[in-house]
Amino acid sequence: MTNLPLQTTWFLPRGELSRLIETLRADGYEVVGPTVDQGAIVYSEIRSTDDLPKGWTETQGPGQYRLERRTDDAYFGFTVGPHSWKKYLFPPLVTVSTAERTPDGWSISDGKNDPPKYAFLGVRACELAAIAVQDRTFLHGPYVDPVYKARRDQAFIIAVNCTQAASTCFCTSMGTGPRCTRGFDLALTELPAGFLVEVGSPAGEALAARLPLVEAAEDHTREAEARRQNAVDQIQRRMDTTGIRDLLLQNLEHPRWSDVAQRCLSCTNCTMVCPTCFCHSVRDVSDLTGDQARRERQWDSCFNLDFSYMNGGPVRNDVRSRYRQWLTHKLASWFDQFDVSGCVGCGRCITWCPVGIDLTEEVAAIRSSDGLQRPPVSPAAT
Amino acid sequence: MTLQTGINPWQSHPAVIESITLEVAGVATFRLRLQSEELAASYRFEPGQFNMLWVPGAGEVAISLSADPNGAGPLDHTIRAAGNVTRLLFRQTHGSVIGLRGPYGTSWPLEQAVGSHVILIAGGIGLAPLRPAILALLAQRDRYESLTLLCGARSPDTLLYPAERAEWERGGMKVLTTVDRADGQWKGAVGVVTLLLDRLTLPDPQQTTVFMCGPEIMMRFCALTALDRGIPAENLWLSAERNMQCAVGLCGHCQWGPNFVCREGPVFRYDRIAPFLNVEGL
Ligand code: SF4
Ligand code: SF4
Ligand code: FES
Repeated sequence: MTNLPLQTTWFLPRGELSRLIETLRADGYEVVGPTVDQGAIVYSEIRSTDDLPKGWTETQGPGQYRLERRTDDAYFGFTVGPHSWKKYLFPPLVTVSTAERTPDGWSISDGKNDPPKYAFLGVRACELAAIAVQDRTFLHGPYVDPVYKARRDQAFIIAVNCTQAASTCFCTSMGTGPRCTRGFDLALTELPAGFLVEVGSPAGEALAARLPLVEAAEDHTREAEARRQNAVDQIQRRMDTTGIRDLLLQNLEHPRWSDVAQRCLSCTNCTMVCPTCFCHSVRDVSDLTGDQARRERQWDSCFNLDFSYMNGGPVRNDVRSRYRQWLTHKLASWFDQFDVSGCVGCGRCITWCPVGIDLTEEVAAIRSSDGLQRPPVSPAAT
Repeated sequence: MTLQTGINPWQSHPAVIESITLEVAGVATFRLRLQSEELAASYRFEPGQFNMLWVPGAGEVAISLSADPNGAGPLDHTIRAAGNVTRLLFRQTHGSVIGLRGPYGTSWPLEQAVGSHVILIAGGIGLAPLRPAILALLAQRDRYESLTLLCGARSPDTLLYPAERAEWERGGMKVLTTVDRADGQWKGAVGVVTLLLDRLTLPDPQQTTVFMCGPEIMMRFCALTALDRGIPAENLWLSAERNMQCAVGLCGHCQWGPNFVCREGPVFRYDRIAPFLNVEGL
């Protein structure tokens, strides 16, 4: 089983999935994957296959999520829940620097940054794309975020190809899925008898060499293909992305923004569940004596009123301007900033919006009455 | 060099407050010096750039440098006590230590303006981020056709750097001032700063460069007036302000259309942000 060539497809018998988890744990990884908690499938530490959502699935719709029993024992028979991997790579709360009072002022140092080695088990195609999007923000700009980098550099990624889709999924419109094509160490496709395994990196190859893999039989490959096609066929939601950047930036005064503002609660849910949203705020925390202080970075949302606060008041004073900021950032100005869309089509913001606002519908509404407001739009100043 | 070369873009460096000079009510100039002599000697900035100042326990605030950019002198920051952090800054005394990181952002295009008539327009405390540009322009006075500073303030007692104006005039800069509300002694103009621009003789509008810093509405109207007077849009520059929490394009707070003001700004060329300048609440 040594010297597995890249590109070969292997098969992991169902009973050996635990070996994968054990091997990673023995290598010092904290394995993180899907698990059922409080009525949803979320990401948490996985110690054995018992922690996986075996036999569970979900139905999703705008503002709706419901766990359901499957008729089989599939481990990965669902799509994406409220969590995304960003909670591990870009932690919701982290210390970025500390200061300690000394006789001649302050001694300033970096926050502690020695995260565990994570192995992500069950990363979907849209999520691989989302990680690649956040890589651009945190790793490929003029400044590298040390917190993200320390976690990302060590992460081992085991992707899982979707074999079904939720009603909220639209990865096909965004060109991100449902097939996992890059950005993983190993990729699995689940079949009743086991998992088809594809190798995506030298690290994946090294791990595969230590697993009890057999060469995939032709009907395994064919069945996996059929199951992956099933996911493609189930995707109903569409977003027309033709010229979407200019469409949105040229319609900054479109009446639809006021319309959606009537429905939006500005609750921030969409930004919290979105796997690419990166905005955060930094605030000071000090001890009672004031001799120790630290800067804590915390997820923030453009839906919070004080997000844009300046002396004299917030710039985005109403829900209209805040929803407009969210949508135009995701789907338009992200291209200027990172040369990629900020939306990967995972559908989380649709499912977890308490009032079921669906960005694909908002875009369609603006597109159908485009032209009401079309001042020329220049690219970002450089 | 800058202080940003470390592994951690959040890393601040201790800086001593050498002096605090009250300018006008609620506005003071903080003279800072990096505690590390090595950093202090190598620190350089361009006019228009800003630093993040940290009062440990209170927070950070983005403040434009108003210091002389020529040489490695002390780092002056003219600050208005407006929020939590700035109010705490005002409670520091000289000798106190705070954190500093920077400089960040874009700068006034002094090189591109060579050979042209340069007009600087300041509204209120907007004069502070222009001060390094004024000093840099005056230091190379003969490279520019003419230098004019148009200042607007609420009232005569809120005019920044009153003592320096005579010096700037002696150095070859025309200084015109207007106030919203005059008092008994006031001999200058009364009204908004756009009026000064309206009345200014422009020998060669095509070869005129404008730097603006002040409230957004002021800059919007000044830009329109400048365009009316025949100054090309690509010769107009302004300094914008937004909520800033990281200064390195990571926190998302400073977004203005596609721009991160901390990175693509604070100094923008007018024609590049004009579509966003006129949208309410963007
Ligand atoms: S905007 Fe919505 S659909 Fe797009 S990536 Fe974010 S959560 Fe997923
Ligand atoms: S769109 Fe929905 S989830 Fe997002 S802030 Fe508005 S109400 Fe909340
Ligand atoms: S201040 Fe954080 S992105 Fe500009």
